[in-house]
Amino acid sequence: MDPTQDRTDPHPQAPPASEDPAALRGYYRQMALIRRFELRAAEMYTRAKIGGYCHLNLGEEATVVGLMAALRPTDYLFTTYRDHGYALARGADPGRVMAELFGRSTGLSGGRGGSMHLFDAGLRLLGGYGIVGGQMPPATGAALAIAHRGEPGPNSEAVMCLLGDGTTNIGAFHESLNLAAVWHLPIVYVIVNNHLGMGTPVEAASGEPALYRRGCAYRIPGARVDGNDVIAVRDAAQTALEQARTEHRPRLLEAVSHRLRGHSVVDSARYRSAQEAERLREQDPLPAFRARLIEDRILVKRRRTASTRNASRRSPPPSTSPTPARPRTSPPCSTTSTPPRSPTPTSACPETARPVPGSSPTAPGRSSRGRCHLPPGAARHTPGGDAAGREHPADR
Amino acid sequence: MLRDENILLIGEEIGVFEGSYKITTGLLDEFGPRRVRDTPICEEGFVGAAVGAAMLGLRPVVEIMTINFSLLAIDQIVNHAAKMHAMFGGQVSVPMVIRTPGGGGQQLAATHSQNLEVFYAHVPGLKVVAPASPADAKGLLTAAIRDDDPVLVLENLALYNTKGEVPDGEHTVPIGTAQITKPGRDLTVVAYSRAAAIALDVAHRLETEGISVEVVDLRSLRPLDRQTVCISVRKTTRAVILEDDWLSYGIGAEIAATIAEGAFDRLDAPVRRVAAAEVPLPYAKQLETAALPDAAALTRVIHETLDATGFTAHPTTPAGG
Repeated sequence: MDPTQDRTDPHPQAPPASEDPAALRGYYRQMALIRRFELRAAEMYTRAKIGGYCHLNLGEEATVVGLMAALRPTDYLFTTYRDHGYALARGADPGRVMAELFGRSTGLSGGRGGSMHLFDAGLRLLGGYGIVGGQMPPATGAALAIAHRGEPGPNSEAVMCLLGDGTTNIGAFHESLNLAAVWHLPIVYVIVNNHLGMGTPVEAASGEPALYRRGCAYRIPGARVDGNDVIAVRDAAQTALEQARTEHRPRLLEAVSHRLRGHSVVDSARYRSAQEAERLREQDPLPAFRARLIEDRILVKRRRTASTRNASRRSPPPSTSPTPARPRTSPPCSTTSTPPRSPTPTSACPETARPVPGSSPTAPGRSSRGRCHLPPGAARHTPGGDAAGREHPADR
Repeated sequence: MLRDENILLIGEEIGVFEGSYKITTGLLDEFGPRRVRDTPICEEGFVGAAVGAAMLGLRPVVEIMTINFSLLAIDQIVNHAAKMHAMFGGQVSVPMVIRTPGGGGQQLAATHSQNLEVFYAHVPGLKVVAPASPADAKGLLTAAIRDDDPVLVLENLALYNTKGEVPDGEHTVPIGTAQITKPGRDLTVVAYSRAAAIALDVAHRLETEGISVEVVDLRSLRPLDRQTVCISVRKTTRAVILEDDWLSYGIGAEIAATIAEGAFDRLDAPVRRVAAAEVPLPYAKQLETAALPDAAALTRVIHETLDATGFTAHPTTPAGG
């Protein structure tokens, strides 16, 4: 591709008729799951069950699900701290994600990471990252490891590295893009542009507010896609990933999205006008996608069934899970003090992964399933939901 | 590198240029550009890339040209490499090595002469080693590469021309073990890196004056071998710390606290520290020399500590203690 030719996809609104109805319903379920999960997380945060910072994907569901649908199970994912939805759409058990927010040892990161640091080696979700831009050099290094071990081609693994619009101004962004360009790395950097870095508009923060063009300085082709269109996001990400695989060259993708609420749960977003808030509600991707699927008779209104009621109860509530055990500390001079370690640390790489027992002192509740070969989607299940996250009668 | 194909070197000018201090001479010819990878000037980028490569099971050995430039990468070292194993619930390790030289005395002025190892030794999740001899350099670097945690290997510009015996073949030094490089009875000097070499010279010289000094070379700053320090001081009852970093909040402060906690009841004299003057290191040779701790300063403080406790030297005592 000529790197000087940037591509901006119009809102494609591809007719769902060309799509597999089951896949479309799956996307909708995932979007609804994220909506319900995030609303519940906000509620639990205000009830002080969840501590620290808590950033929600509300309004970004189409972007999240479209991107995750484009990834293969063998690809690696690095995300920002706004990571709950990505873990869910990648296939993590919602109960274990919520357990992590509750600080339980059954959580995705053993209760050590919290909301911003979700990690699942088996799903190749290599972290949510709390430092803006901090995920970019390690994601670039993961792509370096892929390039170090294998050749470009349709079967090559690839890395997807998510970042926000504000991240395009930090040094790590530019150093990472430059390294990926000169080292020929199979990585797709995805800017989720929700127009606000906390409260700062993109136009006030970026000398080039068309963010997909910010790779031009490194001859990295960029594309922009409507982040409210799950199919368009999936297709744009798939295209970028295939190019990254077959050429071992980086790509930049910008998904123009919206967050419906503040930067985090505690942010009331008073920097937004009432009109803007109303406009955002009108653009909400979840009811729009649902209406589209009903119109095309892919979703049919139906009474709520027992299975949808039970779906939300598959995992035990996190409040019944144990908190992480406290490590023993050594008194000075008694022994050579070494930081506490898990007895069986593992690499996230299948070639070098060491066996992991079903339980360890730092993660007593971890699943004993295989770490690196579980396909994403294995844990995908959710009832339908409306824009407010309540269960609604439309399901199948 | 011959033993493990997962080891690769990453750094500025380490390939064609063979390293700013020629440490990687010949390695590009032997292992090729895939395993000896020159990088653009971007410490945060390439140190972070090594973090990611290590997450996928490679064992990158990163050279940062001097420790001063590590500050450009400190987010990746402190906020990422050090945190991942614990923060992600033990699901991933970061088996990477950062080699970097520190130290003054080369007339490189304030920004190129620092001893910033305490920044990293402060951080749980990192390991920091500081060899003072060629044999320890081999043993600690080998141990660092085989370690599953990120290890910072502190080198020292003033030690690069040191000559010494190096064991052939396999040689590793366990990380977290100090070494008594000279046994003694009357006073313990605790030091690391260049200061450990100075301390050893001073101890040998004082032996001829009838003063038996024991030298503890820390070798590892984290984890710290507190036991060896305390056992030594409990025996000699006096301690002086020699360090190249600044006095306040330095490595010596941690050692002094360790001694207070583990050997206070056996101390005959206050613990003393000999460290760098608390100024940005000046360029002019006389000023630079005056600001850095040296053998004369160490010798003076050893004498002051002994004198304060009424110590009498016995010049006829055989060396060794």
